[in-house]
Amino acid sequence: THSSTHDSPTLFSRLATMAHQFPALTAAQKKELSDIAQRIVANGKGILAADESVGTMGNRLQRIKVENTEENRRQFREILFTVDNSINQSIGGVILFHETLYQKDSQGKLFRNILKEKGIVVGIKLDQGAAPLAGTNKESTIQGLDGLSERCAQYKKEGVDFGKWRAVLRIADQCPSSLAIQENANALARYASICQQNGLVPIVEPEVIPDGDHDLEHCQYVTEKVLAAVYKALNDHHVYLEGTLLKPNMVTAGHACTKKYTPEQVAMATVTALHRTVPAAVPGICFLSGGMSEEDATLNLNAINLCPLPKPWKLSFSYGRALQASALAAWGGKAANKKATQEAFMKRALANCQAAKGQYVHTGSSGTASTQSLFTACYTY
Amino acid sequence: AATMPHSYPALSAEQKKELSDIALRIVAPGKGILAADESVGSMAKRLSQIGVENTEENRRLYRQVLFSADDRVKKCIGGVIFFHETLYQKDDNGVPFVRTIQDKGIVVGIKVDKGVVPLAGTDGETTTQGLDGLSERCAQYKKDGADFAKWRCVLKISERTPSALAILENANVLARYASICQQNGIVPIVEPEILPDGDHDLKRCQYVTEKILAAVYKALSDHHVYLEGTLLKPNMVTPGHACPIKYSPEEIAMATVTALRRTVPPAVPGITFLSGGQSEEEASLNLNAINRCPLPRPWALTFSYGRALQASALNAWRGQRDNAEAATEEFIKRAEVNGLAAQGKYEGSGEDGGAAAQSLYVANHAY
Repeated sequence: THSSTHDSPTLFSRLATMAHQFPALTAAQKKELSDIAQRIVANGKGILAADESVGTMGNRLQRIKVENTEENRRQFREILFTVDNSINQSIGGVILFHETLYQKDSQGKLFRNILKEKGIVVGIKLDQGAAPLAGTNKESTIQGLDGLSERCAQYKKEGVDFGKWRAVLRIADQCPSSLAIQENANALARYASICQQNGLVPIVEPEVIPDGDHDLEHCQYVTEKVLAAVYKALNDHHVYLEGTLLKPNMVTAGHACTKKYTPEQVAMATVTALHRTVPAAVPGICFLSGGMSEEDATLNLNAINLCPLPKPWKLSFSYGRALQASALAAWGGKAANKKATQEAFMKRALANCQAAKGQYVHTGSSGTASTQSLFTACYTY
Repeated sequence: AATMPHSYPALSAEQKKELSDIALRIVAPGKGILAADESVGSMAKRLSQIGVENTEENRRLYRQVLFSADDRVKKCIGGVIFFHETLYQKDDNGVPFVRTIQDKGIVVGIKVDKGVVPLAGTDGETTTQGLDGLSERCAQYKKDGADFAKWRCVLKISERTPSALAILENANVLARYASICQQNGIVPIVEPEILPDGDHDLKRCQYVTEKILAAVYKALSDHHVYLEGTLLKPNMVTPGHACPIKYSPEEIAMATVTALRRTVPPAVPGITFLSGGQSEEEASLNLNAINRCPLPRPWALTFSYGRALQASALNAWRGQRDNAEAATEEFIKRAEVNGLAAQGKYEGSGEDGGAAAQSLYVANHAY
């Protein structure tokens, strides 16, 4: 006799039914998460993505002919983080890599405490890299769920208040496949749920990479499908949207696309895609810069904030290269260049903060009026 | 099926613009919808309550009472939903009802679903039929003056419902209907009604509403529906009829707007609530509270009321031609009140109004 035969009708009917609501978070937990998310994107602030892994930092340092040692990585981050306190007007959060969370400045003060004292929220990269999806055209999912809850709890104790997890989708023949979309959306939702259980605001990053020769319309179509799947998964996993942030790609043509688009076209396609998929409950959308130059990333963000469509979320930045490229070049690995490095970084931070309010004036442009007129009617998107 | 197809645009730019313009006209500021699409069976119930025989002529006379409202309704009624029979009826002077409504600058809509059918293997749950030949019917309705349509799905809350199947199936059928409408230049009003039957509390209704709306919008995305050319007609989030706890309009508003903010993309131009079993005044007070809710609301929040616009009119009419004018006045009165409520400007029938009510909103993170 099987006790399961007694259980299975109940099991099946439970599976077939709407579970009673089992609240994932208390009101106090929700408030904490919501407050953190709002602090990060308040008043045009954005995020410095300084969470380059060791390998990725290697790429950056190689370009300025600096050796990829822990000390060099520490020195560069120290220069960025010890910039004048007024940085807290444009930077609301910094994402750190695990190693950096435990590094200190030359006086022995922990970086994370330096940032917190400036009123900046500290975040941590939580994913553990890509894993291939067999049976697809070289598509991948992201690992990092194992032991994630314990890692989050520990990071929270150490002063971290938000996490980041990057899923990657690509546009190519048969890509992104339904499997890739569904699997990455699901992994993002699991990660987000676990973060929130541990008091961390999850930044949800479903990046559709710009590799390829597809045009703007195709990127928009794919971005809409991906984001719809992401928000369905977040809902299925009972994630509290008010305590999350989204880090999407802007909608752009592929790198190899021969057609060129203006910032206004990028902005209209981007905001159209977002307003068809991202619920208003999400407090902020912080774009990744992908391969964009510093200036393009700022111009596009500005155009996005001037786009005449309804935009109920903050539209800000979470930039890595687009905040650090000039600073890295100015540094060149030499301590003597500290001031120039900090100036370069501060300049981009301020520019992007203005762009996040639609107030960036690029020297040479005639300001918002001329930009406004470049928006074509939204119904064509 | 395992791949992402290249996009095959469902609609041209012109088709999208037409749909979007229609939707925006219906939910222009201060305007909502008169749901006058009661089926013959539903009209039987309404008319028997006032002792009137359910004949085609009586139904025609009754709709005439509503449609003969003067220009005062122009500023508060953006659309009227018709039942099939009514679309082809005329007033006493031989003027088609469709023309009377259009001449007031009001958009004409048509109910296109064909009622609920059971889902075998569930606890009394249903889906809605009407997809067969729907494209041809829509094309004809468009020629006959209709610019929007309505399709009602029904879900209920109990210990074991709504089931995953009921949610999935109703969301899918709504998305098919919406897609077909748009192909024919008709704006689909998407109505996933969760009945207020039961003793569940406000929180449970909110939870269920969020799950259903998430499924609806995923289905609409999967079916390539152009959201800017649709409207949503949901229930407000309320406790079940048999729930012993009473909630204020502000609590209902907060729960409702929270649920919508978590599920309805900003691209949707308007949300036109159904009134369900609410009284006329309740439906107005709740809509007003919704429009005063301190959470950011990127869509128009207005009404698509049947009973909550017509109860007093029906009662004043009682089938007598002599009462027609007084009955029409009752309708105009409710239309104007709801037009104000859709802007958060209704001061209520004697209560102390806005300032006191604002403080009754519980901080949104509690929802």
